Amino acid sequence: MIKPVILWTDALLFLLTALVVIFVLYARRKPHIRRPWQRIFQGRIAAASVVILLAFILVGLLDSLHYRLPLEATSAATETHYAIEVLSVLDALTGTLRTREEKSYSAPFATHLYIKENVDLPDGGQARIYPPLEYGGRHLGDRSEGKARDIALRTGLSLLQAVLAGALLTVLLALALARKHGCSSKDMLRQIFSRRTDVPWHIILLTLTLLLAVIFLVLNLASVYHVLGTDKVGKDVLYLSLKSIRTGLLIGTLTTLVMLPFAIFMGIVAGYARGWIDDVVQYIYTTLNSIPSVLLIAAAILMLQVYIANHPELFETTLERSDIRLLFLCIILGITSWTGLCRLLRGESLKLRESEYIQAAVSFGVSHGRIMTRHILPNVMHIVLITVVLDFSGLVLAEAVLSYVGVGVDPTMNSWGNMINGARLEMAREPVVWWSLLSAFLFMFTLVLAANLFSDAVRDAFDPRTVGQRGGK
Amino acid sequence: MFAYIIRRVAYAIPILIGVNVLTFYLFFVVNSPDDMARMHLGQKRVTPEAIEKWKASHGYDKPLLLNRDAGGAQRFTETIFFDKSVRLFAFDFGYSDDGRDIGHDIRQRMLPSLAIAVPALLLGLLVNITFALLMAFFRGTYVDVSGVILCVILMSISGMFYIIGGQYLLAKLFRLMPISGYDVGPDMVRYLVLPVVIGVVSGIGSGSRWYRTFFLEEAGKDYVRTARAKGLSESLVQFRHILRNALIPIVTGVVVVLPLLFMGSLLTESFFAIPGLGSYTIDAIRNQDFAVVRAMVFLGTVLYIIGLILVDITYTIVDPRVRLT
Repeated sequence: MIKPVILWTDALLFLLTALVVIFVLYARRKPHIRRPWQRIFQGRIAAASVVILLAFILVGLLDSLHYRLPLEATSAATETHYAIEVLSVLDALTGTLRTREEKSYSAPFATHLYIKENVDLPDGGQARIYPPLEYGGRHLGDRSEGKARDIALRTGLSLLQAVLAGALLTVLLALALARKHGCSSKDMLRQIFSRRTDVPWHIILLTLTLLLAVIFLVLNLASVYHVLGTDKVGKDVLYLSLKSIRTGLLIGTLTTLVMLPFAIFMGIVAGYARGWIDDVVQYIYTTLNSIPSVLLIAAAILMLQVYIANHPELFETTLERSDIRLLFLCIILGITSWTGLCRLLRGESLKLRESEYIQAAVSFGVSHGRIMTRHILPNVMHIVLITVVLDFSGLVLAEAVLSYVGVGVDPTMNSWGNMINGARLEMAREPVVWWSLLSAFLFMFTLVLAANLFSDAVRDAFDPRTVGQRGGK
Repeated sequence: MFAYIIRRVAYAIPILIGVNVLTFYLFFVVNSPDDMARMHLGQKRVTPEAIEKWKASHGYDKPLLLNRDAGGAQRFTETIFFDKSVRLFAFDFGYSDDGRDIGHDIRQRMLPSLAIAVPALLLGLLVNITFALLMAFFRGTYVDVSGVILCVILMSISGMFYIIGGQYLLAKLFRLMPISGYDVGPDMVRYLVLPVVIGVVSGIGSGSRWYRTFFLEEAGKDYVRTARAKGLSESLVQFRHILRNALIPIVTGVVVVLPLLFMGSLLTESFFAIPGLGSYTIDAIRNQDFAVVRAMVFLGTVLYIIGLILVDITYTIVDPRVRLT
């Protein structure tokens, strides 16, 4: 039996997912909440970025289901012992990507190592050559000149698979939509292709097909090559980049989850109650805001490092240690970033408390707590949502900077920040090792770009100031 | 006006005290000086004598808040809190963990930081305003739409890629300038060009998109319509009316960061090996030099508060509608 491992961040991530699912189920029944969301999904760019974001989230969630494999049972021991290494479902799904380690650097699609090594020849002498890789391109055997043909064949196959799968998806979607709207599926297909549907399904299908193409390419090529090369200790860079997705998502989402209760509670109470409560809240956030955030984070993380260094017995595995550090980093980032939202909410509830419907509620004798939760909170939720979505990409980018400064996630943890940090030395090598940097760039850029485009759409849909201003286009 | 400034400065004092108490708590209560000593001396098998010696040589051997052995005012002054936190108010930063005078270091490293930050800020402003004006002028057309998309793309690239990419392309591949380093005198320009250019380029995305919203906001106002109705030429409307009024939020946004320019940029300075305050901070964090980090937290806070006060004053100058009370 495998032993499931639930890390702190896993638990919080699934809590967050559950909250989002509950919200979606709730919002489906409320037309006034549904409307702005529908407007978001009607945008072509937003729809495409949602597809990309969902793909990233899926990878992150799969990577958050952790477990430990049992060790080979020895006859003497009655209880099973578990391997020290914590794996995730993603590791299982990516198959041998994790285990196929080379000796050192190898370029993308390479069949030989990137650096020369002394190799013993069969006749007893020694030669300085690029040794062949243990796994990359092994199926080619000695025919390494057939590589280009092999890659082209596999690429063609993947594209074919992607097109077929995309076509299948289109048909399925048309059938489902036709059933929903009560028209023939042929009609539905025609509508999709002539772009007459409300939701831009043609864009969503196109994005999905592109995504599928990437997935099939990876499946067909990464099983025999190191598509993005290998790093210094021979680990597959594609695998490292995939594992880093979870870290990026966690930083972007958990930070928000941590800060939201503070920001919402303090902001609304300060704005609604005014008086000395307002003064105290303002003092707290001005003080926290005055400290340059990098320095506050650095100070807190340094102290955590001292604490961890002095209490090694608290953590069973290195993963647990780095997990606590990640969680703590999220908390610290949350502490430095809740102030902006709190200030916005305070201002908004200051304004709302003077509005007529609140005065009506007060004169009906509704209690203060109820006014704040039932009357003010729902009317500031759009600010919360916009801030959360806008903050996400900034947090993902901040992770990289913090890791560089040395106060980011644990150095043993897979993260884009750590990859970039390592790539800094690799870029100074001769010849240059560029693929770690490139893959960190590609993954991070895709995620952040999708998040930025999505947050623009969310802001346009929810911000009352921009709604209705978009006629100019 | 003068009374207002005095009051704002007075407001700053409780905030500084709050920051000081917070850093004191983080650095001395969460982890005792013993923990710090053990960390610095290495983890395993540290003798109590060695810890005491380290603490004594760095001035951590006093009680935290209250010295019961001393009499009179010394009960409070002969403590770590007084030594390490209260003295900061007099800008007496003390000595770093490796024995250097922090105040002296800071004074020396301010100039290189400014040498990068000021040109980058001015050049960035010029470039961003130009792009933003361009996009706002062509609002709703393909120029605007593609400009905004380009901005979002530029924003989505981490600052570190700009630096590493720029260093690699311009300095290593094309050999236009040295990869990193710093020099005083006529050679300085050669070293400064690359960091300044990269600093400007990495800020274009967010900067010009942000400024564009200012321009668009002004462009939708009634006085602009009136100006057009009067028959003024479009360029006159753009530069006389829109640009001038949109400059108000831009100028105040710049003023708030002016004092913080002294602190330098962490990333740029460390990547380009510039001996400014940014790289000083990073080195301190990496070497776990708590004294320097504490000093920088305090300095950064003071500069930030000065920035806030400056903004309020600037508002009254650039926008006559604002009256300080």
